[in-house]
Amino acid sequence: MAASSERSPPPFPDSEEPELLEDSDEGADAFTGTSISEMDSPSPDSTRPPKDIFNEPPEDIFSDPLSNINSEPQKKVDAKIPSPSSDEAVDLFSDPLDDDSEVMSSPEVQNPMPDLLNEPVEAPKSDVLGEPPVSSVKKAASSEMFGDDDDDEDLFKEPPKVVTKKPQPSGPPVDVFTEVKSDVKVKPQVKDDPTDLFAEEALTAPAPKPSAGSSSSRTNGVHSEEQDLFSEATVELSLDSPRNDRKNKDAVKPSVSAPAAPVASSSSKAPSKTLKELEEEESEDKFDLNISITNPEKVGDGMNAYMAYKVSTQTSLTMFRSKTFTVRRRFSDFLGLFEKLSEKHSQNGYLIPPPPEKSILGMTKVKVGKEDPSSAEFVERRRAALERYLQRVVSHPSLLQDPDVREFLEKEELPRAVSTQALSGAGFLKMLNKATDAVSKMTIKMNEQDVWFDEKIQDVENEEQHLRKLHVMVESLVNHRKELSGNTAVFAKSVAMLGSSEDNTALSRALSQLAEVEDRIEQLHQEQASNDFFTFSELLADYIRLLGAVRGCFDQRMKAWQRWQDAENMLQKKREAEAKLLWANKPDKLQQAKDEITEWEAKVTQYEREFERISATVRKEVIRFDKEKARDFNRQVIKYLESLLHSQQQLIKYWDAFLPEAKAIV
Amino acid sequence: MTSISEDSDKEKVRSVSVDLNNDASLVIDIPDALCERDKVKFTVHTKTTLSSFQKPEFSVPRQHEEFIWLHDTIVETEEYAGLIIPPAPPKPDFEGPREKMHKLGEGESSMTKEEYAKMKQELEAEYLAVFKKTVQVHEVFLQRFSSHPIFRKDRNFQIFLEYDQDLSVRRKNAKEMFGGFFKNMVKSADEVLISGVKEVDEFFEQEKTFLLDYSSKIKDATAKAEKMTRSHKNVADDYNHISGALNSTAADNNTAFKKTISVCVLQKLEDRVASDQELKLTELLRYYTRDIQAAKDLLYRRARALADNENSNKALDKARLKGKDIAQAEENQKQCLQKFDKLSESGKKELTSFKARRVVAFRKNLIEMTELEIKHAKVRRLKSNNTLYGSKLSIFLLCQKSLGY
Repeated sequence: MAASSERSPPPFPDSEEPELLEDSDEGADAFTGTSISEMDSPSPDSTRPPKDIFNEPPEDIFSDPLSNINSEPQKKVDAKIPSPSSDEAVDLFSDPLDDDSEVMSSPEVQNPMPDLLNEPVEAPKSDVLGEPPVSSVKKAASSEMFGDDDDDEDLFKEPPKVVTKKPQPSGPPVDVFTEVKSDVKVKPQVKDDPTDLFAEEALTAPAPKPSAGSSSSRTNGVHSEEQDLFSEATVELSLDSPRNDRKNKDAVKPSVSAPAAPVASSSSKAPSKTLKELEEEESEDKFDLNISITNPEKVGDGMNAYMAYKVSTQTSLTMFRSKTFTVRRRFSDFLGLFEKLSEKHSQNGYLIPPPPEKSILGMTKVKVGKEDPSSAEFVERRRAALERYLQRVVSHPSLLQDPDVREFLEKEELPRAVSTQALSGAGFLKMLNKATDAVSKMTIKMNEQDVWFDEKIQDVENEEQHLRKLHVMVESLVNHRKELSGNTAVFAKSVAMLGSSEDNTALSRALSQLAEVEDRIEQLHQEQASNDFFTFSELLADYIRLLGAVRGCFDQRMKAWQRWQDAENMLQKKREAEAKLLWANKPDKLQQAKDEITEWEAKVTQYEREFERISATVRKEVIRFDKEKARDFNRQVIKYLESLLHSQQQLIKYWDAFLPEAKAIV
Repeated sequence: MTSISEDSDKEKVRSVSVDLNNDASLVIDIPDALCERDKVKFTVHTKTTLSSFQKPEFSVPRQHEEFIWLHDTIVETEEYAGLIIPPAPPKPDFEGPREKMHKLGEGESSMTKEEYAKMKQELEAEYLAVFKKTVQVHEVFLQRFSSHPIFRKDRNFQIFLEYDQDLSVRRKNAKEMFGGFFKNMVKSADEVLISGVKEVDEFFEQEKTFLLDYSSKIKDATAKAEKMTRSHKNVADDYNHISGALNSTAADNNTAFKKTISVCVLQKLEDRVASDQELKLTELLRYYTRDIQAAKDLLYRRARALADNENSNKALDKARLKGKDIAQAEENQKQCLQKFDKLSESGKKELTSFKARRVVAFRKNLIEMTELEIKHAKVRRLKSNNTLYGSKLSIFLLCQKSLGY
């Protein structure tokens, strides 16, 4: 779902054929911006720069008119929705309740209508379409059932958009539709998008289609009804009801929720689909980009010394100038990269892999230049952590596209990352995160309407706790194993001594053999300890950090939500003010008030869209993260088990060799 | 209060075997023991064909203090001075597990049910291990007596085995404890004093240096082995905790890495390795530390006799010089010499058999330990292999699932 949401409208407005499915594959590309730009270009709004869609305000600007229209009703909807428990909210909107919703909305609808009419809805629409659910619904309706009447199709499409934003308006007068229709016609590209989406969905969920078709055909005649249907679908979308609910609904009342069905199916399929996509992406995702960090080298002396790492990249990607290249980077460069990335991407809900933490103690030791094993271990540990960090960065399809990443990998000299000097970037960010986290937790009471997020946030928190616990334990395992290895060594020595003073030659021999065996076992324990550490403990540490980043994404989403809510409140206030003015009959100020309302309506829509976009991104990111996590854990666990297996085998070998010695004692 | 019946574990329990020539005329074992608070009641079961016992088979309840009493009376018996007296079993120590149990009880609220159950099981196992070990050392102690041609005829020993009432041995009171401590002081001072006495027999000279050396080495090795097993146990504990944490993580996590995570079945095994190592190796070393102490005691007694002998020689010379009390001094000197000779003779025999016994015991334990290590390693290998395949399989399934099959 996340993926589809980001998909931009396809190039050809009129082409509604489901065959456009191919585009779905490119959905991934959509993120990269280039594809988006292509897709968008046909649309009237072609002015949009490619990346703007995601990052920039222009998009919002376009959406404004529409959003204004929608904002009002939607607010209402929201207000209503929260009252019942979120799960039921969905049901509320489902057919039986539709009437109610209409009723409720009707008064509000009045207001939006004029706005709608007055303003050029066109630009906004395309944006609106950007949303997958709507488009899918529309598409379902349009392509399947309405394929014949273009008008109808358009009509439907249009309303859905409008509807999406405001379920209540569904009840609105015909005028709206007509208007909408015209708009629709102006911007046909909108349609395409939906079709693609739908097509994809249709593939994934063929079953729902027929029902949708039938229902739509049934409703076909009556505009208002159809609208209701759409509204329903859209309501569901906006609510982001849990998949299960949707499924249930589908099962229970397929005919009623016909329009909803495709949506539901699409959303319910979403995770698996995204998984699939990710699978596919993975293959692409492998990107043929190998990064390794080698040769940690101390540069300079004293406290100004630092470790430089050789970052070698091997790739066949055309975006790089050559196939293999090497640069030297120091630790703060890595932190700098992270900062640049998080500055640019984190507010969009992207999951930026966090770099390893700065360790003043460890580095100081290295700086002092003692050649003791602990500092060597420190360097090796950091090298491995940095390598994993970079690999995570480049395996992220959107981050790989970032010019800073490319620069980091390619450019000979990087400007020194200064900001990381005093305080570790990760540490600082963490502090900041924690602070905002705490504050937002206190101040923002987010009324989570999306069960998926609700569960996920819980999951992530639990998981983090568990991993922390686990990490502590694994650390203690590592320490204990090191201790064990030390003790084994000491024991081996003392057995050797015992053997030397034993006067029975055979026994003495056996004892010294035993000492040797114990010596080897000590080696084994040592290896195992470092295996424990590098494959297990570090993995956990990484994921604790990553989970922190995931929570950061959730926080970003929450912030977006907060912005949106604030704007809603503001709008509400403005409306009240307007009403008062109206009551007081002060026409001179009325115009100003109206202007303000329009302004705020625009903002609300913008923020809402931002929120939805960020939700989609976060969702996608989290799904991707989960997948990666599963893969990583699997890989590491297997590696770990193999190392265990190996050491057990060695152990068997050693003891087997010793057995005859013991038996030889006479 | 734990009562265990050892029958099934008998073979294992006898691991610190001292070479006990199990002749059927006197067989002793401790089939059962009952632990109440800090007292442990051992049921000592005897089967015999010797006529000096009233019945061919009987069992009596005995406490640890009674074992100590037996040991002390035998040590104090003059005529056993030339023998290596089996070292007394150490006091049963259940403090460790009990304390942990207590802590566990306190921490019950902070743990999940499974964790608690697991910990409890763990502790019970540990407790049982300690318990078994205790029973075993007491058993071995008695078996040493029963297998010794002289000790088995000892009256006190027979009473210990036969008398089915409480022997009413009380614990040492403070004065006696102090007395014992004082005696030890005197003994070690004496040891230093008589170390200057020239050894007449080369065998003993050699044996003495060997034993001194060996005793320090073996003490060292024991300490190290104890440390090693302790850290091994820590590792095992860690495994335990990790597996618990992994389980709860997996339970909370419906993602794919659930299956892959059931890694740490290994923990139990690691634990067993540790305890077996403890049983086989550390106990062996510990036992021989004590046994060597006993041998050293024998040497001390002999050296004491030697010193006495020399002293009496000197006294005789003096008496001869002074011309009085010659008869008495002669008598004295003769006695000392006789005693010394006897001591030397039996000491030599004892030490030789001790050496043979030690070698055999080392051999047996080393073999057993090696075999156990191999066995455990193999089991662990199997387990890790299984888990490995399990995780690989689960990955495979995961891929399949995500591909939509």
